[in-house]
Amino acid sequence: MTHDNPTRPLAGRRILIGKPGLDGHDIGAKIVALTLRDAGAEVIYTGLRRSPAQIAQVAVDEGVDAVGLSILSGSHRELVADVIAELRGRDAQDVQVFVGGTIPREDHDHLRSLGVAAIFTADMPLDAVVAQMAAAL
Amino acid sequence: MTPPDPNLAAGPGEPTLGPVSRSGIPVSPCVDADAVQPDRVGRPGEYPFTRGIFPDGYQGRLWTIRQYSGFGTAEESNARYKFLLEQGQTGLSVALDLPTQCGYDPTHPMARPEIGKVGVSLSNLSEAEILFEGLDLSRISTSFTINGTAAIVYAMYLAVADKQGVPRHKLTGTIQNDILKEYVARGTWIFPVRPSMRLIADSILYANEVTPRFNPISIAGAHVRDAGATAAEEMAYTLANGLAYVDELRARGGDVEKFAKRLSFFFYVHMDLFDEVAKFRAGRRLWARFMKERYGVQDPKAQHFRFGVVCGGSSLVAPQPYNNVVRVAVETLAAVFGGAQSIFTCAFDEAFQIPTESSAELAVRTQQIIAYESGIARTVDPLGGSYFVEQHTDRMEEEILRVMAEIDSYGGVERAIEDGWIQLRLAERGLERKLDTDSGRQVIVGVNHFRKPDERIGVGDVFQLDPTVAQRALEKYQRVLDTRHAAAVEASLARLSAAAAQDRENVMPYLVECCHAYATVGEMVSCLKKQWGEFKEPVNL
Repeated sequence: MTHDNPTRPLAGRRILIGKPGLDGHDIGAKIVALTLRDAGAEVIYTGLRRSPAQIAQVAVDEGVDAVGLSILSGSHRELVADVIAELRGRDAQDVQVFVGGTIPREDHDHLRSLGVAAIFTADMPLDAVVAQMAAAL
Repeated sequence: MTPPDPNLAAGPGEPTLGPVSRSGIPVSPCVDADAVQPDRVGRPGEYPFTRGIFPDGYQGRLWTIRQYSGFGTAEESNARYKFLLEQGQTGLSVALDLPTQCGYDPTHPMARPEIGKVGVSLSNLSEAEILFEGLDLSRISTSFTINGTAAIVYAMYLAVADKQGVPRHKLTGTIQNDILKEYVARGTWIFPVRPSMRLIADSILYANEVTPRFNPISIAGAHVRDAGATAAEEMAYTLANGLAYVDELRARGGDVEKFAKRLSFFFYVHMDLFDEVAKFRAGRRLWARFMKERYGVQDPKAQHFRFGVVCGGSSLVAPQPYNNVVRVAVETLAAVFGGAQSIFTCAFDEAFQIPTESSAELAVRTQQIIAYESGIARTVDPLGGSYFVEQHTDRMEEEILRVMAEIDSYGGVERAIEDGWIQLRLAERGLERKLDTDSGRQVIVGVNHFRKPDERIGVGDVFQLDPTVAQRALEKYQRVLDTRHAAAVEASLARLSAAAAQDRENVMPYLVECCHAYATVGEMVSCLKKQWGEFKEPVNL
């Protein structure tokens, strides 16, 4: 898809930012949510402590194009697999899934094999996060 | 400044140091004698304690070297504690897993993926008995990073001491027990603000009587700092929260001369060395002044601002990880110049993994080198009287007071938290900090300047969490459910419910009784939720 406004590369996109599990570190999720909104997206933020089923249900109800999951507790393998399964169970496999947080490099391939479109870590510039999401959507 | 090495990948422009500190405080290239106001400085060990709470600084007593540790099962954490004590560590610090922190038993669907991940699973007394097996609780001081369920974990610690035959009054240690900052930054809240404040007052008032040498709260700025607050904001939020707890305790009939002696504080140390030193000196002076002028506190010990620190946190980065060793050393210097009572040094690999034994050892050695080789602990407040340091301390104090006034004018911390006002401010601040880093305006060596091309993040020697941890925790949990006396559990929970329903009753003795009966953390929390409800997070971005 081409964009008329290069400063708003995510214009017209709806994105859900979710905090699955019990991890309470939400600053990264909020920073990304504010950034995606500045890039033109309509952003919905779940708040803390959502189950994979709750996140998938909100994604379907809100008709989002993408779900961004923020996980810093080390439980990304389980939680990402669960969210993707819950999306498939709701026939929403076309929703793109992005993951951010403390994700060790040796787990990146595994997450991609589950269907994750891109993985963002704290040292990645926000411009790159927006660009990668825009390219994938 | 020296231009970047042309052999390294160019950063976004030449690195520069602006004329303001990271807290936004102006810094002149040269500060002269007229910057110092001697009457504001005072002597060490004397009001207002700018130069420290003890007249002889670290010559009287060195800071406590305290490393945060704990992962997997109670058995594994117990082994790691024994290792750290053998390395010369002088206090234990217990990390708990998220189910324990949020009040879920291991069998809860939300708990399952998180068991043993960021700390030890402590679902009931039998796990605590294993955790402290072979450790003499009358001789070690134990610090628990626990908030939402702090009162329960403290009750469990008392129950373990009872079982070991250690008199309760001999126990020393700390529970974090600071719920206000959980709503803002760390997220392990359970109950709404009001009943949470009541639970904290219950635990502090009880602890003052039963374990007079135990710190029943550690009021923490560390987490708002790591999320994006400046040093000045970190101190301002922490002091504001501290005053909110003092008001709550006084409203419950607590004697401020007594309980204020056991209030302690907890901060991060990041990389702007003089911001950090000024933050601690200004905070110590402000707290003493609040205690004396606002509450009429006379006993100097109840005016003392005692604090522990973490060196590292989000100031550590994954690229070029050995650079973090240097960062932690600089931050440790700042903590010592600031007069910290206990220091935790992060391992250099914490930005991307659970530390290995060798990286954890290096973190302890960093403190020991500064303590015993550098000589800076010989004299109290060695920077005191420096034209610049005293001026920066004064300016830091003004900035802290300015932020506190903003919170006051909003309507106080409780309202600001319930409305999500502080949370939103912090998110915006976090975004600013991130954009400063992305652009290279804030130099981080190896990240936005002096970055080598094709750099691989991380080093070898990755710590592996045993994948059977969750299964073993679940099996042990089930064994406890099968073998405990069910009627005693139910009776103790019923008494807890009745106490929670009465505003003026202290729930602590009932929590200790529940722990002795092997009631689980999840059971106690469910029981309290029925009486008190749950916090509704304001999600306004």
